[in-house]
Amino acid sequence: MNIALAKTETRRAVEENVFTAARDRLPGTGKVLELRQQTFEVFERVGLPHRRLEDWKYTDLRALMREVLPLAAAPDAPALERAKKALKSVALADACRLVLVDGVLAPSLSDLTAAEAGVHVQTLREVLEDGSNASNADLLENGAMSGPMIALNAAMATDGAVITVADGAVLTRPIHIVHVATRSSAASHTRSFLKLGRAAHATLVESFVAAEDAKSYQVNDAVILWLGNDAQLQHVRLMADAADATNITTVIFTIGAKARLATFNMTSGGGLSRYQGYLTFAGEGSEVTANGVNLLNGRQHADTTLFLDHAVPNCSSREVFRAVVDDRAHSVFQGRIIVQPKAQKTDAKMMTRALLLSDEAEADNKPELEIFADDVTCGHGATTGALDESLLFYLRARGLSEKEAQALLIQAFVGEAIESIASDDLRELAISTAQRWLAARE
Amino acid sequence: MALLEVKNLQVRVEDREILHGLSLTVNEGEVHAIMGPNGSGKSTLSHVIAGKPGYQVTGGEILFRGEDLLEMSPDQRSAKGVFLAFQYPVEIPGVTTMTFLRTALNAQRKARGESEFLVPDFLKKAYAVAERLNIPREMLKRGVNVGFSGGEKKRNEILQMALFEPSLCILDEMDSGLDIDALRVAADGVNALRSPGRAMVVITHYQRLLNYIVPDFVHVMSKGKVVKSGGKELALELEASGYAQFEDAA
Repeated sequence: MNIALAKTETRRAVEENVFTAARDRLPGTGKVLELRQQTFEVFERVGLPHRRLEDWKYTDLRALMREVLPLAAAPDAPALERAKKALKSVALADACRLVLVDGVLAPSLSDLTAAEAGVHVQTLREVLEDGSNASNADLLENGAMSGPMIALNAAMATDGAVITVADGAVLTRPIHIVHVATRSSAASHTRSFLKLGRAAHATLVESFVAAEDAKSYQVNDAVILWLGNDAQLQHVRLMADAADATNITTVIFTIGAKARLATFNMTSGGGLSRYQGYLTFAGEGSEVTANGVNLLNGRQHADTTLFLDHAVPNCSSREVFRAVVDDRAHSVFQGRIIVQPKAQKTDAKMMTRALLLSDEAEADNKPELEIFADDVTCGHGATTGALDESLLFYLRARGLSEKEAQALLIQAFVGEAIESIASDDLRELAISTAQRWLAARE
Repeated sequence: MALLEVKNLQVRVEDREILHGLSLTVNEGEVHAIMGPNGSGKSTLSHVIAGKPGYQVTGGEILFRGEDLLEMSPDQRSAKGVFLAFQYPVEIPGVTTMTFLRTALNAQRKARGESEFLVPDFLKKAYAVAERLNIPREMLKRGVNVGFSGGEKKRNEILQMALFEPSLCILDEMDSGLDIDALRVAADGVNALRSPGRAMVVITHYQRLLNYIVPDFVHVMSKGKVVKSGGKELALELEASGYAQFEDAA
């Protein structure tokens, strides 16, 4: 046999294993399964993204992630016990809670009793397995999105939340999706949907945590959201995966007219992470605030990449990003804003700042503004630096120890990104996560 | 025992010797003025006492109540009762003045083994002190010194002095950038803090401040040393004759 042919067959054999090995566990048959097969092939054509792809130039998954691990086994009773323990540290009082353990919804740990009138919750599994639903395969469609990781997600997603909030429903309690990993050296893929009807108001919180011994696992998550006209969404995501885990998450927002979106992400966990957000203004008169904080130490590599499309006129956007980088960690922020030719009266501002706490810490900031309309207000700023020595001395001369002085300044530094969170409870949650991170610095 | 004893202090900054054997003794209850032209080393002295990095002590010592001050970190000195009112107080956006004051006071109290103030008790104390200095509560909610005028920044330094109750207050060119009215308010605040257990070191170029904060002793610095000491009349002499005669004496 020809060596080249043997090599190809071996490679195909290895790559097929991830999908075909899992195929029987992936919900959906017929058209759904066909679509999965097709999107897996889309993934295979590119493979894990590498640094010669412009969007991934700072985060070469081929080098850093190396391979997609086999699908995690469905959680058994001991796994659910471990997950329950981990859940304690993130559970929110009074929330409608859906818990995904190793990519599978765990009804025993979830709590839908707090779901208010107007909220309809299904699992991805039940929608995909519903033979009578002719359009359920649509949930795995990526449309114009052609990236390899979202393709992998569509191919391999085992479960997720499919949530609809009815027109006019103003929810008072948050919807909380918690991802708990209990398996080591395995991967989970989840895909969730949130559709806010016209004039609906909701809060969505996402938490990512690891059970005690879960190590070296991979999370590939996608969340697809639509805001109807006049809708309002507060979105807070807190990623605290294990220090050697990989988290690749894609969020896609489509925003209707006169809608308001406030989305906030805090990355404090994960050895390797990529949080990519695609936000499109589909209706006039809307506002988006997209803020983020990276708190990194050790050898963490965290990449936040946002694509914001001002496709229609009269919308405003604000992006505030802060990274605190210690030891040999690496923070990446890429912010691309496109203002389409007809998007007059666009008001877009982006500010990304990185604070380096050690000689080996690294931060990359890449703002990109493509402006095709001429009656707009657009601005951006990017800074990277160390703590101001004169501020540190002033605080020390007033009695603060070196660590206390640094902590106060670091809290002030991330404060601007966190204070945009409207809910007092969620803001406190983000602040206390930051304080715990600071206290853990040796 | 003297509160502060500076003995033959020699200090270098980068490659230049700034202080050439400076000696000074300050006892509790005393107000000392240190005057001198630009470059005489006045600010260097105050920075070295406070523990600012970047200064190399090449000789001499500083004792605070008999203890080696140079061995202590800046926060330890603060807890012991040393307070430097900065010539250019820094702005700290994102840290409210209230939070800063409470954190600092509690850090000092903790270092001394004293109980820390709870928020409501601290607020009461802080508001009382602020009112006496004519500092509106609204200002305390802003970032430290953010958007404060020169006069307001100096008053904020005095507010801290009143709250922290230090034993040794070093006022580094308190009058710089202040108009007459702001100067009067600041001086009143300082005078209100005079007490038998406290000493002040007032560093200034100009005699005018000393009309408001009347010193017990005046020292003239030139080229890194004290070249003459005297009572408060010495300041008036300087006003009349200028610093030139002392430059030669150095």
